[in-house]
Amino acid sequence: MSEDNSPLVIGFLCNWCSYAGADMAGTSRQAYPPNIRIMRVPCSGRVDPLLIVKCFEEGADAVLVAGCHPGDCHYTEGNYHGRRRFALLRDLLDFMGIEKERFRIEWISASEGKRFAKVVSEFTDEMTKLGPRKVG
Amino acid sequence: MSRIGVFVCHCGTNIGGIVNVPEVVEAAKAMPLVAYADENKYTCSEVGQGSIRDAIREQKLDRVVVAACSPRMHENTFRKTVATAGLNPYLLEIANLREHCSWVHSDSKKATAKAIDHVRMAVAKVARHESLFPKQVGLTKRALVIGGGITGIQAALDIASAGHEVVLVEKEPSVGGRMSQLDKTFPTLDCSACILTPKMVDVAQHPNITLLSYSEVKEVRGFVGNFEVDILKKAKMVDHKTCTGCGTCWQKCPEKVTSEFDLGLGQRTAIYIPFAQAVPNKPVIDMENCRYQKYLKWTQTEEGKKPPECRICEKLCPTKSIAWEQQEEIVTEKFGALVVATGFKTFDHSVYGEYGAGRYPDVISSLQLERLMSAAGPTEGEVLRPSDNTHPKNIVFIQCVGSRDDKVGRPYCSKVCCMYTAKHAIMLKEHDPEVQCYVFYIDIRAGGKDFEEFARRAQDESGAVYLRGRVSQIYQDGKTLKVLGEDSLIGRPVEIDADLVVLATGMEASEDADRLAQTLHISYNIYNFLIEAHPKLRPVETQTDGVFVAGAAVGPRDIPDCVAHGSAAAAKVIGLLSQDSLTTDPLTAIVAPMKCVGCFACKAVCPFNAIEEQTTRDGRIIASVNESLCKGCGLCVVACRPGAINLRGFTNQQLLSEVMTLVRR
Repeated sequence: MSEDNSPLVIGFLCNWCSYAGADMAGTSRQAYPPNIRIMRVPCSGRVDPLLIVKCFEEGADAVLVAGCHPGDCHYTEGNYHGRRRFALLRDLLDFMGIEKERFRIEWISASEGKRFAKVVSEFTDEMTKLGPRKVG
Repeated sequence: MSRIGVFVCHCGTNIGGIVNVPEVVEAAKAMPLVAYADENKYTCSEVGQGSIRDAIREQKLDRVVVAACSPRMHENTFRKTVATAGLNPYLLEIANLREHCSWVHSDSKKATAKAIDHVRMAVAKVARHESLFPKQVGLTKRALVIGGGITGIQAALDIASAGHEVVLVEKEPSVGGRMSQLDKTFPTLDCSACILTPKMVDVAQHPNITLLSYSEVKEVRGFVGNFEVDILKKAKMVDHKTCTGCGTCWQKCPEKVTSEFDLGLGQRTAIYIPFAQAVPNKPVIDMENCRYQKYLKWTQTEEGKKPPECRICEKLCPTKSIAWEQQEEIVTEKFGALVVATGFKTFDHSVYGEYGAGRYPDVISSLQLERLMSAAGPTEGEVLRPSDNTHPKNIVFIQCVGSRDDKVGRPYCSKVCCMYTAKHAIMLKEHDPEVQCYVFYIDIRAGGKDFEEFARRAQDESGAVYLRGRVSQIYQDGKTLKVLGEDSLIGRPVEIDADLVVLATGMEASEDADRLAQTLHISYNIYNFLIEAHPKLRPVETQTDGVFVAGAAVGPRDIPDCVAHGSAAAAKVIGLLSQDSLTTDPLTAIVAPMKCVGCFACKAVCPFNAIEEQTTRDGRIIASVNESLCKGCGLCVVACRPGAINLRGFTNQQLLSEVMTLVRR
C-alpha cells in the first residue's frame, strides 16, 4: 500500500488472451485505476501459487491472475491446470490469514479490452474499501 | 556485472503526453545495473533504433530495456535492433508504457509512478536474461485451406499457382459457399454464378489442389511448418471416382426434401447435388432421408407399413457408383500452414417477434430473395410470393435485422446489407416495372468504390422510397402484410400494405467457428468472429504462427474484400512455404539434471508430449525437454517439485525478481 492508501495490485496476464486484452483496453482508451502492475507470463498455468503467496508475503495488497477463457487456452489446457491450482490456493490463503478476496482469477480474451478495464476497476475499488493488508 | 541500457519512448505524445518521460529516464539511471538511460521521440523509427545501436557500442551495453509500446507490437523489431548491434536478440525486455499505462491513465503523476515501476520490473528481469539460440527445423511444403467459399477458393488458387500443394476442405457437398447462392453482385450487377463458377472449376482442375468436399477438420496438432490435421470425410455413399455426374440418380430419386441451398423455398432429392453448377458435380446421398436407409432402419415395432426398398438410384446408375458400404473416415494429413476461411451465416430473424418471428411465409430474408431472383433458383428467376405464387407489387425492405441492434446481441454493422438491398430494389424494378420498393433504414452505409452512386441509383432511377426509421410491427391482414413503422425524418408513423417483406439479415460467424478456433488455438471474439494478429497491420495472421485467417470468418466483409483477403492470406502462406527451414522459438523449458528426481510430474501436465526420459551417466532416469516439441507454456515449471525445470525467458528467478522489485521498496 502506497502513501495515499491506494492498494498495490499485481496482475499476472497470459500473453495470448489477457495481456492482449489489456493491450486492447489501451488501444481503445478504456481507463482504469493506475494501481495495477502488470507482469506478462506465457500462460495462466505458468503462474506458481507460491509466487502469489510471495507477493502477499512481501506486501502486495492484491493479486489478479487473468488467462484465456476455459476452452480457449493457446496451449490447450494450461488455464485448466491454473484453475485447479488457484482453487486450492484460495482456500489456503484464508488459512494463512490473507483474505481470499485479495486474490482473483479472471478469464479475459484478447477482444475484451472493456472487460479488462472493468475487472481491474472493480477489483481496485474493492481493495481500496478493504484497506491495506495487515502484515504480521 | 551487467551493463543495462534503458530507452524510454515518448511515442510522440502517446506516452510523453501523460507519462513524464524525463522523470522515468532519471529514475532508470538510479536502478541497479543500469549503465545508461535515454529518451527518444519515436524509438521504433530508424533514428530511435540507431540510437540504441550506437549506445550498445559506445556504452558497452550488454542488455537492453525498451520502455515503449506493447511487446506484442514491437518486441521483434527491437530484437532485430539489438541483434544488429551484436547482442543476442533475447537480451532485451520491453516495458509496456503505452497500452498498459499512458493510454489508460489520465493522472500524470500516478501514470509516471507506474511507468517507473514497469521499467524497474523490466530491468530486474532483463538482468536475468540469458543468450538464447533458436534452432532450425524442417517444414512440410503443403497448405490446408479450410472453407471453400470465395475466400478459400481464392487462397487455394493463389497458393497452388505459386507451386505449392493445397488441400481445400469444404464441409458442404460443393464448393462455392454463400456467393454461389447469390443472384447478382453489387455494385456492378455481375452475375454471381458467372464470375464464381469458373473459379470453382479451376479449383477442381488445378493439378496442385486436392479438393475434399463433404469433409470437416476435426483435430489439429503440431505447430508452424509441421501441422498434423485429422480430416473427417463424411460418407457420400457414391463412388466419386467412377461417377460421371450424369444426373440420372437425382432426376429419378423419388424422395423430395426441403433444399438447404434454396433456404427452404425449393426442394431437392435425397441423392443430390446442392445446385446445378456444383463442384464436384457429383452427388451425395442424404442418409437421413434416403428411402433405402429408412427401409433398413425400419423395425417391426414401428407403426405403419414397412417403407419400400427403393434403391432406384442404384438400379439406374450407368456406372454402378452407388456405394452403400461407404463409411465416414478420418484421414490424417501433414501441412506447413493453415488458412481458415470458414465464412459466415446469416442471422436467424425468428428472434424478431415484431416481424412475425418467421411465421409469415411472405416475410423472407434477403438471401431467400436472392434464391427467388436467381435463374437457377426454385422459381427459375421469377419473383413469386411463397404463400400463393403471385407476383408481389409492393415490397418492403427492413434494414439492420440482426445488425446494429443491441437487443438481439448484434451491435455491429454487417456492412453489406445497405448495398445488397439497393441491388434488390434495382433488380426488382428491372424484373417488373410495376414493383414499388420501400426501404426502412437506420443509416445508408455506402462506403466503397461506386457504392454511393449505386445506392442513389436505387432511389433516383428505380424509384425505391427510403424511409428512415424502424418497423415496429408486421401483421397479416388477409393477403397483405401490414407494415407499421415510423419515418423519423418527418416524425410520423407510416403504414404500408406490402405483398412481400424482405429482411436484410446481418452476417454472423459460421456454426462451429468457436470449436474450430479452439482446435487451432486462435482467438475469437464474443460473436465468434476470429481475431487477427493485428487489426491494421497483420490482418490475415493470427497469434498462432502458421495459422492464417481470411474472409468473413474474421468479420462482416463483401466479396471484393474477401477475395483480397484470400489473396493476402495466400501471400503469407507462400512466403512461409518458400523457406527451406523454420526458426523455432527458443523460449522453451529446460531441466537442471542435478535437481531432477525423475518423478515426471512435468510429463503428466505437458500438453505437447515434450518431456522425454533420459538416463544420466550415473544411471538415474530424469526428464529432458524435446525443444522442437516444447511450446514454452511453463506448466511443467509449476508442476516440478524440486524446482528442476525452468522456462527460458520466464524463469522462476525472473518472475520473482519482478515481484520483489515491486514490493520491496
